[in-house]
Amino acid sequence: MAMFTRRAALRLGAGVLAAPALVERVGAQQAFDWKRFKGEKLEVSLTANPRSALLIQNQKEFEELTGIKVGAEQIPEQQHRQKFAIEFASGRPSFDVVGISLHVNKRQIGRAKWCADIKPLIQDASLTAPDFDFGDFGAGAVAYSTQADGRMDTIPEFTDYFILYYNKELLAAKNIAVPKTFDELYTAAKALTDPGRQQYGFVGRGLRNANVVLWSSFLLGTAQRDTVSPEMKLLTDTADAVWATEMYQKIMRDCSPPGSVGFNWNECQTTFMQGRAAFWIDGVGFAAPLEDKTRSRIAGKVGYAVSPAGPANHHCCLFGTGFGISEQSRRRGAAWLYLQWATNKQNQLRYLTSGAGAPARNSAFRNEEAIAASRFPREFFTTLVESARIGRPGLPEIVPVTEFRDTIGAALTNTIGGADPATELRKATEAFRPVLEQSERAT
Amino acid sequence: MADATATLPGAAAAASAGRRRNYARRYGWFIVPAGIVVLAVILFPWAFTLFMSAHEWKIGGGHSYVGLGNYQKLFTDERFLLSIARTFYFTALAVVLPMVFGVAAALVFNRNFPLRGLARTVFILPMMATPVAVALVWTMMFHPQLGVLNWILTQFGIPPSMWIYDAKTVIPTLVMVEVWHWTPLVMLIVLGGLASLPQDPYEAAKIDGANGWQSFRHITLPLLLPFIVVALIIRTIDALKAFDTIYVITQGGPGTSSETINIFLYLQGFAYYNMGYASAVVVVFFLLIVSLAALLLWTRNRVKQI
Repeated sequence: MAMFTRRAALRLGAGVLAAPALVERVGAQQAFDWKRFKGEKLEVSLTANPRSALLIQNQKEFEELTGIKVGAEQIPEQQHRQKFAIEFASGRPSFDVVGISLHVNKRQIGRAKWCADIKPLIQDASLTAPDFDFGDFGAGAVAYSTQADGRMDTIPEFTDYFILYYNKELLAAKNIAVPKTFDELYTAAKALTDPGRQQYGFVGRGLRNANVVLWSSFLLGTAQRDTVSPEMKLLTDTADAVWATEMYQKIMRDCSPPGSVGFNWNECQTTFMQGRAAFWIDGVGFAAPLEDKTRSRIAGKVGYAVSPAGPANHHCCLFGTGFGISEQSRRRGAAWLYLQWATNKQNQLRYLTSGAGAPARNSAFRNEEAIAASRFPREFFTTLVESARIGRPGLPEIVPVTEFRDTIGAALTNTIGGADPATELRKATEAFRPVLEQSERAT
Repeated sequence: MADATATLPGAAAAASAGRRRNYARRYGWFIVPAGIVVLAVILFPWAFTLFMSAHEWKIGGGHSYVGLGNYQKLFTDERFLLSIARTFYFTALAVVLPMVFGVAAALVFNRNFPLRGLARTVFILPMMATPVAVALVWTMMFHPQLGVLNWILTQFGIPPSMWIYDAKTVIPTLVMVEVWHWTPLVMLIVLGGLASLPQDPYEAAKIDGANGWQSFRHITLPLLLPFIVVALIIRTIDALKAFDTIYVITQGGPGTSSETINIFLYLQGFAYYNMGYASAVVVVFFLLIVSLAALLLWTRNRVKQI
C-alpha cells in the first residue's frame, strides 16, 4: 500500500492553495467568447514572406476557434507598401487587417492615422483573451509599434536584426577567429579574399536603396549612431557618417565579389550559399535557406554572431513589422481577434523554430524544448537574444524613408565605384535635406 | 415652274438637314455610353493628371497649389534630365538593333530551306514569353560569379563581363534582352511584307541583269519600306514604354545608371508618393512621345509618297 508521505502532503496542500487561481484562470478562458463575431468575414493583406505563409497555412485554426472566415492575400513587399498606401488614401481600403513594415511606413501610417489605436482594445477585457499576455512582447518591439503621440497603431509581429553570418569552414581553414569589431571584420575578410579562386571575404548589399541598411550597421557603431537627430536634422555628412562610408567602401571594394554594386539580399544569399563568401551581414530570416541541404552548399557550416562593434558603440540594425487594423474597418472586433491569434505564443514560436524570423514575444526564446528540437544550432538563438539586447533602429523614423534610402544609397553605390565618400555624402545630404524639411513641415 | 425648280435644291438640302437632325435626335443617345466611357477612362484621368501636376500632392499627406512649380523643378532636376538622356539612349539601341536583325531574319526566313517552319517557330518563341519571367531568368544568367553567361565567356577564353552590375555596361545589357525578346516581332512584320511583294519587278530586273544585292537595294528595300516603318513605329513606342524588364532586372541601378523616365516616374509616384511631381513627369513624357510619334508618322507619309 502506498505511503502518504510528507512530500505528497505538501504537494496536495500546494495544489489546494493554487486551485482557486487555476479555476479562475480556466474559468476566465472558458468565459472568453471567441465566437462572438462568428459568421463575419475578414480581409487580411500581408507582405509575402515566410511568416505570412505560416499564418495563412494555419489560419484554419483561427477560423475554427472563432467561426470568422479569413480572406488573406500575400503581396511582394514593395508592391504591398504601394497597395496599402493607395488604398488607405482612397478612404476605402479593401482590407480589415494589414501587415506594416514599421521601419518604412511607421511615420506615414501614424501621421495619416490610417490604423486604429490598439491600446483600448488590449484594455477591453471583453475583447482580449485572458491568455493574450501583452506583457510578453519585448519592450523594444512595443516601442517600435508605438507612435510619438502614444498611439499604438500596430501590434508587434516580428523583429529583424542584422547579424553576422560566417562560413565556419573558410574561417577554420585560415585559423581566423570570429571578428568582434568592424576593423577586425575588415582584416579577416581581406585575409580570406582570393579572387583567383573566386573566393571573397565579404558579401553585402551594394544595390542602391538596399545598401543603406548595411551602411547603417557601420554607422550604429559610431558615437553618432543615428542618421537623423532628435530635432529631425540630417546627420549624413558628419565625420562619423564619413567613417561609416569609408568602412563600407573599403570592405565592398577590397573584399567583395565584382559586381556587388548591383547586389541585393538575394544575390548575396546566392553567393554565400555557394560558399563563395566568408562573411555576410544581413537580416535574421536567412538561416532557413542557408541551412537547407537541398539548396545550400554550406548547410551545417554556417556560423552566427552578432553584428561587430564600431569604434564607439555596439549595436545591430533593428527592423520590425506589425499588424494594424484599418481605421475604416467595420469589423474591428473580429480584426482584433485575428491579431490576437496571429501574434499568440504558438504562432510566434512557429516563427522562431522554422527560421522564419525573430518573434516579437519573449516567451518564444525561453522555450528550451522547442529550441533544442530546432534544426538550427543553439548559437543562432543566442545570437538573436544578444541582438535583441543591442538592437537599434537601422533607418530613421521619417515619412520619406524610401527617398532617403534611394538618395543615400546612390551615393554609397558611387563610392563602391571609387568616388570620394565625403563628397558623395555631402551631395546626397544636400539633395535630401529639402525633402526631409518639407516632410517635417507637413507633419 | 422656274421658281419651283430654283427652290428645289434648297428644299432638298433643308429636308436632308431635317432628316439628319431627326436621326441625331433619335439615335444620338446610343453614343452616350461610349462617350461616358471615353470621358471616364481617357478625358477625366488626363484632366485630373494636369490638375495634380499643378499641385504639391503627397499620398497620405495634404495637397497645395503650386502652379507650374513642379515643371520648373523638373527642368532643374538633374536626375530627371539624365533619365531623359538614358531613355533616348536605350530607345535608340533597342529600336535599331531589333530592326537590323529582324529585317535580316525575315530575308533568311523568306527563302526556302529544310525545316524552315520549325526554325521560324523557334525564332519567334522569345516573343511569346512573359517579360517579367524573362527578366528574372536573365537576372540569374547575369550573375557575375554564378551566372551561365560568364561561364560561357570563360569557356572561350574571354574575360567575364559585369553585365548589369556595372554602370558602363548596364544599358547595352538591357538592350540585349530587348533585342532577344522583340527581334521576332520585327521579323514577323517584315516577313508579312516580303510575302506580299509582287514578283514581276524581280523578273524584269533579272532580265536586265541585276544581281542579288541590286535587286535587294532597288526593289526589295523600297517596296518593304512601308512595312519597315510600321515595325519602326511599333518598336519605338514599345522601347519608350519599356519598364517591366528594366525594373525587374536592375530597378534603375547600379546607382541610377539605368534609370529611364519610366523608372523615375514610377519611383516618384509609387515609392516616394509624390503624385503631383509624378503627374508633371507624365505630362512632359506624353509631350515627348507625341512629338516623336508625329515625327515617325510624318516619315511614314513621306515614305508612302516615295
